This record gives sequence, C-alpha cells and structure tokens, in this order.
Amino acid sequence: MLGRTANGLFWMFRYLERAENTARLLDAGLRMALTRDLETAEAEWRSVIATLGQKPQFEAVHDTYDGASVWNFVLREKSNPANVREMFAAMRNNARTARTNISSEVWEAVNENWMKLDKLLARPVSQGQVGEVVSCLRRTGTQVHGALDGSVLRNEGYHFARAGTFIERAESTARILDMKYYLLLPSLSHVGSSLDTGQWDQVLRSVAGSSAYTWLNAGQIDARGIVEFLVLDDRFPRSLAFCRSAQRLNLAALARMHGKEGRSNELMREADMDMSDLTVEQIFENGLHQFLIDYIARNAAIADAIGEDYRFLS
Amino acid sequence: MSVAEQIPNFDEMFDADSAIREPYRGYSGWYDEQEPAWLERKNSEADESFRRIGITFNVYGEDEAEERLIPFDMVPRIISAGEWRRLKRGIEQRVRALNAFLYDLYHRQEIIRAGRLPERLLRGNDAWLPHMVGMTPPGGIYTHIVGIDLVRTGPDEWFVLEDNARTPSGVSYMLENRETMMGMFPDLFSRAGVESVSNYPRRLARSLAACAPPKCEGKPNVAVLTPGIYNSAYFEHAFLADQMGAELVEGSDLRVVGGRVQMRTTRGYEPVDVIYRRVDDDYLDPLTFEPGSVLGVPGIMDVYRSGGVTIANAPGTGVSDDKAIYSFMPEIVEFYTGEKPLLPNVETWRCADSDSLAYVLDNLEELVVKEVHGSGGYGMLIGPTATKKEIRAFRAKLEANPDNYIAQPTLSLSTCPIYTKKGLAPRHVDLRPYVLVSPDGIDITPGGLTRVAMKKGSLVVNSSQGGGTKDTWVLKD
Repeated sequence: MLGRTANGLFWMFRYLERAENTARLLDAGLRMALTRDLETAEAEWRSVIATLGQKPQFEAVHDTYDGASVWNFVLREKSNPANVREMFAAMRNNARTARTNISSEVWEAVNENWMKLDKLLARPVSQGQVGEVVSCLRRTGTQVHGALDGSVLRNEGYHFARAGTFIERAESTARILDMKYYLLLPSLSHVGSSLDTGQWDQVLRSVAGSSAYTWLNAGQIDARGIVEFLVLDDRFPRSLAFCRSAQRLNLAALARMHGKEGRSNELMREADMDMSDLTVEQIFENGLHQFLIDYIARNAAIADAIGEDYRFLS
Repeated sequence: MSVAEQIPNFDEMFDADSAIREPYRGYSGWYDEQEPAWLERKNSEADESFRRIGITFNVYGEDEAEERLIPFDMVPRIISAGEWRRLKRGIEQRVRALNAFLYDLYHRQEIIRAGRLPERLLRGNDAWLPHMVGMTPPGGIYTHIVGIDLVRTGPDEWFVLEDNARTPSGVSYMLENRETMMGMFPDLFSRAGVESVSNYPRRLARSLAACAPPKCEGKPNVAVLTPGIYNSAYFEHAFLADQMGAELVEGSDLRVVGGRVQMRTTRGYEPVDVIYRRVDDDYLDPLTFEPGSVLGVPGIMDVYRSGGVTIANAPGTGVSDDKAIYSFMPEIVEFYTGEKPLLPNVETWRCADSDSLAYVLDNLEELVVKEVHGSGGYGMLIGPTATKKEIRAFRAKLEANPDNYIAQPTLSLSTCPIYTKKGLAPRHVDLRPYVLVSPDGIDITPGGLTRVAMKKGSLVVNSSQGGGTKDTWVLKD
C-alpha cells in the first residue's frame, strides 16, 4: 500500500472519531445548559471550547460564551478552521484519497452523511437543530465503523484505519478528563465522598459512558470510580486502557504484515510496561493532571512513530 | 408510446411514421407497461444514487469548488448487433491506422516523404514531442486507450467526428450508467439480451499488463497516475484504479530509484511497470517538460527511454487528436492499411487553405467552425444557432488566424428520446466507443458512452456545456 494512502486512511478515521467526539461534547454541554443556571451553563460552554483547545480562536471573535455562539463556532464558523464542517470535508477528502483501499460500502456511508451534514451546516444552527446535527455525526461514526467491520479486507489498510481511530479516541478521552480533573481534587482526601454528580454525569455522557458506568457502580459516583472507569477499565471501549489494548493489537498486526517492528512498536511496549499494573491510588498519588499530560504526549509520539514507520509522508 | 415533439431528423427509436424501429421494440414494449408515476419516481432516484456513489466532477468557480453531476437519462440508446458489427470493423481499422501513423511520425515519417501529409502540420502542432523521435514505446504501441467519437445522420450513415487518442475520458460513466440501469430496472435486462460492458476494467488491466516494459520482472505492477483529488476527473481515476486492482498514485508518490520508476509504499520503494497516466504530457517530467510541475516524476522520461516503464498513452500521442490532422484521416487510413476507410470522416474544410477559407467565410451561418487544438466544445462556432454578433466576432478571429481553424457542415445529428415529465422527447446524441490496444490485439467494448444534448434542439453534447449521458446497449444476436 502507498504511504500516502495509509496516511489518508489513518486521518480519515481520526477525523471521523474527532467529529463524533465533538458531537458528544456539544450534546453533553447542551444538556448541562438546559438543566443548570445561566452561570453554570456559561462555565460549561467555556469548558467545551477549552477541551477542544479553541479558546484563543473563539475569544478572537466572540465576547460571551452563550450556547448558540459556541455550537455554531464549533460546528461551522469559518473563523474556526477546525470546525466540524471542515473536519467532515477533510474526512471525506481522505476517504477519496484512500478510495481504492476502502469498500464502496464505507465510501458511500462517508459520502452520504457528508452530503447530509454539509447541508445541515450550510446555515447557522438553531437550538432546535443541534440535536439533528449531533445525531447525524453520531450516526456517521456508527455507519462507517459498521461498514468497515463488515466489508473491508483485514489488510494493513484496516489496521491504519483502526490505529487512527484509537489514537484520536484516547486523546479525546484524556482531554475531557483533564478538563475536569480539578473537580476531583476536593474529594481526594476522603475517597468515596459525593461529588457534583451533574458535572460528572456530563463527563460520562461526553464519552458515551453514562449508562455503562451506572451499571458497573450501581449509581455511586465518586472520584475513584470515575478514574478507574475512564482510565483503567478495559471493558469500556472509550477508556484509555481499552484504546491501549486495541492499539497494541493494531501495531502488532502491522509489524507482522511488514515483517519487522518499528519505533511505534517500541513506544507501545514502553507504554504497556508503565501502565499495565497501574492503580487508581498511584495515579492520584502522582497527580491525575500530570498523568493525563504524559499520556497525551505519549499518544502523540506513537502517532508520529506510526507515520514514520510506514512512510506516510516521505 | 407516443412522441411528445416533432422530429426533423433521423431518430433512432421512431421512424418517420412514428413506428418503433427494430432495435427499440423490446424496450418500447416494456416502457408501455410501466406506470408513469413509477417511472417518474425512478427518474429522480437515479440522481440521488449518482450523488451517493460520488460520480461527480469538480467545477472550480471563484469561491469554492462545486461538485456537479452529469445529467443521466434513463432511456437507453440501443444499437443492433448488425449495426455494431459494422461499426466495430471501422473502429478497429481506424485505431490500427492511428497507431501505425504515430509510429511513423516519430520514426521515418514515410507519410510526409510520400507527400500525403504536409510537414507544416507537425511544426504547428503543440502536442508534437521531439523527445519521442526515434524512440519506440514498449510493444510499439502509442495509443493504448482510444475513444472514437461517432455521430449518425441516417440508418447507415455513421461518421467519425473526432479521434481521442490522447486521454479519452468518460468510461466510468459508461460503467456506472449500466450499473444504475441494472439496479433500477432489473426486469428490463432479463428481458432484452444486452452485451455486457462490466468487464472493461479487467480488460483494461490485462491490456495494460500486456504492454509491460522490457525491464519488468514477473507480474507487471500497474498504477493509475492522477493529478489528485482536486482534478475534475478524479472520480474516474479512483474508480478505474479500484476496479482494476491497481494503485492510484500521484506524482509525489513516485520517484526514480535505480533506473526504475518506484512508488513509496509502507514497505519502502517498489517498482511500477506500467503507468496509466491521467496527467498531460507537459506535466509528466519536470526535468524534460514543464519545470514547475509537481504532478509528474523527475526523470521518468529517461527511464521510459531505457525501457524501464510503460507510459500509457505514450507521450506525444496527442498529435493525432489535432483537428487539422483529423482532416487527413481518410488518407492516413488508406496509407497504412491499404484499404478504403470503413468509417468516413465528416467533410472538413481546412481554413489554412485559402480556397477553403474563402468558402468558410462566405458560409459561416451554415457551418460549425472549430479550433484545431480545441476540445470540450470550447472555442467553437455553431453557425445556425449563433447570433449575428457572435458570427461577426468569430469572423474576425478566423481572418486573423485561419490556420487555427477547420470548418464542418452542421450535421443533422441523429436523436434518441430522453425521459421528460411530459413524455419521451428527442435529443441529439453522439457515441464514444472505448478501444484498448495491446500487442495481444485490439479490444472494443460493445457500445460505449452516449452523450446527449439535454436541451431541445441543441447539438452540443459536451458535459462541460450541459450535456448528459445514457446507457448504451448493443443487442445480442
């Protein structure tokens, strides 16, 4: 497979994942804004923008953090070069680049949803329409992953697609958690004390983990439980542990297919060594924030190494 | 079944008494059995399906790129087995002559020595490539993929309007039109015996592989070279690569390593043997041609000359697409095959000749005048439909640079009905059959791409000018 095509597949699935995660973040923010007072709502929208790393760009064009400004900025405004509409176009362009390595099922799922979304985002989005946009974004993820699963050859292309998915997903979960880590601080001294459950429910919602968490913990929300769930529980498909196992399998498959290991496999092994016996206590002891920052940096290093090992760009 | 509009010319479906012609009888019977409302719904579904599959072409406006659909008409264009046999013989003869002609032009130029073709036609030809002189492409083939544009004016009157030996496009429409038709009207195909077109990509792959260069070892590696996703025909490039099982490469993926053209794969550089390029000659090699080109591969021409790679179609092939050369095609066919042409040219006046020019200037209102190097329906005058002002402006251009033009009579092109909400309506059509050439022989896919002028009375079928396409059937015996 061409290095450029591998790069196209990798980024197609990163953008797909990023769009879906952004949709969940908006959805959770919207829910929060509807159920809380104005001040909390504003703080919530502020944190949505901060989680996406778009604070400077947003503040350059908007004075206040009201809902409509935030979702329009995130979804479609030209002043935000990383808006979802652009993200979708980039996903589709990457799909076109890799067209010979995805099935027509995958391509049509991408193209059909792109057509829908592009129309939805051609004009400013009202509060009544946000839900439709969010479900279109989520449906795209579901359909494209479903088509990939059911129709694509399990060759290197498949593993580049999956590698992109898990690099992006791990980064997103880590960022969402990091944006809220301070909420856990007051409760560190007495683990088990109740938290602002609304805030945490919002975090869980933005990673599609609210009901899974509730099932596992019988509704008890505490700092330990949340970190355990989002960082260490490898049964939950958006947890850092799950992403790491999935990535390990992808990279091992790629190394097998190419008959040799590269820097990405080495970094993966280091990550496994550092994290396999990690406990919640250790994470809190060394600082959750520090842990997450290190995690994000390591994740980015693995992404770069994949690109170099498999000649994405040169 | 009835006709919504009067037909002033040869219609391929209805004869002068509005009776159905033989090839269309089966289809007509089926059509009459369908509910009008159902047909109307099917018609709008077709557009949706083309958009979903992404069969679009890009148009660049001032602001941003727009993706457009080429209109698709769901009434097939039908050719009988007997008609097709005759056409096929004529096309084969012409394509054989074209390859022999190109070989001769870049070698001994016997045709010029024999006084059958004026030498000035080469000197003034932008597509003429001095770099190709004396070089023989692998297998001696110049034009691996050819599209011969045909028009019809009567029951047995077919003419060649244009030869596309350089880069004939549109074959993906031929294939997708058939797919769409079979998806929409499966019962129709179980009723009528229609020659299949769907194995074209495999035949293309086989034909290209048969042209592998001397340095190729083992199974030839075939790649499609595209200018990239922003090219207006990118859909077709990706489609063909996908269907052939070939890599779709851009210039930046290729590099000359160890005397071969190699592509950057996830495993390192791997040699490419045959390149089906959809990049113009000028951009192929920045070391030989356009120095600023990022679409091509530096040094590819040296590799080509040393037998390290096959470029399809061969650089310099476009020389025969020139319309002044076209006007000599009857002589060319006879010179290289020793036979009379089976498919005639449209009568053509070369404005470079002063007598012809005088005639053309006197009769502009009746003629079609074309630029010698033009294509895509641009830069031409259609006398009968042009305004006085347009004719005046064109006359000035023609007088200033007569060598640049040829003129042809305004043909009364055949029509074929299209579907409209009011019923069937006749529209002018042409036909582009696709021909594959390799040392194994000449392979013509039955049918080809029918282009149709969607506007009533219009003679311009080019997609860039609002033309559409139809599925083209060749009936089985």
